[in-house]
Amino acid sequence: MIQLLGRRLIGWVDERFPLSKLWNEHLAHYYAPKNFNFWYYFGSLALFILANQIITGIWLTMNYTPTAEEAFGSVEYIMREVPWGWLLRYLHSTGASFFFIVIYLHMFRGILYGSYQKPRELVWLIGMFIFLCLMAEAFFGYLLPWGNMSFWGAQVITSLFSAIPFVGESLVEWIRGDYNVTGVTLNRFFALHVVAVPLVFVGLVGFHLLALHEVGSNNPDGIEIKKLKNEAGVPLDGIPFHPYYTVKDIAGLAGFLIIFCAVVFFIPDMGGFFLESPNFEPADPLKTPTHIAPVWYMTPYYAILRAIPDKLAGVIAMGASIGVWFLLPWLDRSSVKSIRYRGLLYKGALSLFVVSFLCLGYLGANPPTPTLVVLARIFTGIYFLFFLLMPVYTTLDKVKPVPERVHYS
Amino acid sequence: MKQWMKIFFLLLLLVLLKPVLAEETDVRLDKATIDLADLPSLQRGAQLFMNYCAGCHGLQYMRYNTLAAGIGIVDKEGKVLEEIVKDNLMFSGDKISDTIKAALTREEGAKWFGTAPPDLSLISRARGADWLYTYLRSFYPDAKRPWGVNNRVFPDVAMPHVLANLEARYLNEKDGRQKFDGAILDLVNFLQYVGEPVQLLRQRMGIWVLLFLGIFFIFACLLKREYWKDVH
Repeated sequence: MIQLLGRRLIGWVDERFPLSKLWNEHLAHYYAPKNFNFWYYFGSLALFILANQIITGIWLTMNYTPTAEEAFGSVEYIMREVPWGWLLRYLHSTGASFFFIVIYLHMFRGILYGSYQKPRELVWLIGMFIFLCLMAEAFFGYLLPWGNMSFWGAQVITSLFSAIPFVGESLVEWIRGDYNVTGVTLNRFFALHVVAVPLVFVGLVGFHLLALHEVGSNNPDGIEIKKLKNEAGVPLDGIPFHPYYTVKDIAGLAGFLIIFCAVVFFIPDMGGFFLESPNFEPADPLKTPTHIAPVWYMTPYYAILRAIPDKLAGVIAMGASIGVWFLLPWLDRSSVKSIRYRGLLYKGALSLFVVSFLCLGYLGANPPTPTLVVLARIFTGIYFLFFLLMPVYTTLDKVKPVPERVHYS
Repeated sequence: MKQWMKIFFLLLLLVLLKPVLAEETDVRLDKATIDLADLPSLQRGAQLFMNYCAGCHGLQYMRYNTLAAGIGIVDKEGKVLEEIVKDNLMFSGDKISDTIKAALTREEGAKWFGTAPPDLSLISRARGADWLYTYLRSFYPDAKRPWGVNNRVFPDVAMPHVLANLEARYLNEKDGRQKFDGAILDLVNFLQYVGEPVQLLRQRMGIWVLLFLGIFFIFACLLKREYWKDVH
């Protein structure tokens, strides 16, 4: 009886809205390669964290006051007096750091298996725009607690724009809305953090998924499963996303949540990495923290900025270090996608790059002593050479033959 | 591939675990053994705070009644024992639901000490328990400073050695040094509690959350295995 009613209701909706069509196209009849491995959890996990950030963010907004006088106090009000406020805040702040962990691993997956190569260039490009959004969202959000590191972080990063010739100084003033980072800046960053950027963010995530489902998912073997289909037109190595990958991703999510909640409930400040100790003092324009550093997820780019002696060149290098990612699909000239079938040249280059990226992250979090600056310059060089020389070493690289069917055991 | 993953995560761990927070000074910090479940210690700490610190430092994000409830000044039904709180912890005309403010105003503080004494609600999160524990035990005589004392952890600090009398009294007794250190530990324990009153509850809840997730994970894995039986 209830089933019949349900079917009739769906039928009623289907005549007016493509509900079943959407469900089938994106879940029940979306065929994904059956050989997804560990690295393929991070897409759905990123989606989960996005939802977490939006939902906890809405509730935080209900109790937060975006003024210079009250912002800091309202965060403590959330922590101490709002029922479950502390949980909302820790879920949000831990979620911010985990968003970057998950996105970095998601991007690394793309690099490992060549997921940016033809025909998935747009999936990668849209993803890069999402990454930019994520960085903007994190930067604007970081000012909101109005702690001393929030203030000085925003002060340093906004002042970077002053390096631009001619218009630099007035541009900084335009961004801040004042001669300094003040309550005016806080107000506009709040607007950008809770309305503007999330709107673009969610839209781009929609496009990312649409583009992906148009071309189909890549896989650890980098084989196009659409090349071999059965009589019904279903890829031989494909399985419907729902229920196979929905149940698999639920298990992945449970595993992720164990780690995530361990941080939320036991070390929400992650020893100063997720919540920095100077940020437990209110913003004070007269008191500079002994050492200003961005949160861990921005430190590689910050290290590149500091590695260049000239301010303008440093800003350009920092921009380029992120911008160069956009070119990846056209820099890679390899005839194979997956690292499994690439040669030693590419594997060596990628290893060097990963080491450089992690070391730059470490260097960006530490005060720049002369030795560390030299190291930062070396790693900055490797970082850029990985991209700039990619057309050369991917052409020269000796690749292995790619099989017809995916590996699945 | 497996090796790749191992190397990657080892490096990630290395970077994450390396403590990078810069210290203000090179002084080695003594370890403060914090125990937030030790209610008598928290109560002694609260009393020390109200007697020695609250004249100049407030706890503006903490209320007397929530503080009392949090450190166990309650009857069997969990109701706050207002009389005890008023007699032992409240020396101003405040109401029990008021936030804990310093007797000194910021302007007066700035005039007397050169800099207004900071609010201490979050000092344990800004500085850490070890820093506080070491700082409070590191005053030494220095005739060049206005109050005749200086501090090894916080050079040229504007604060006088407020606990000097307490320290002197303890040092006259047998095992005075340990007793003084114990009193400071109570105070730091108290400040650690005030920095984040929810921390004990958070950890207790966390155990249940992780237990639930562990069981959920097992069932989710079993479900996945069942569904994937027909994938070859």
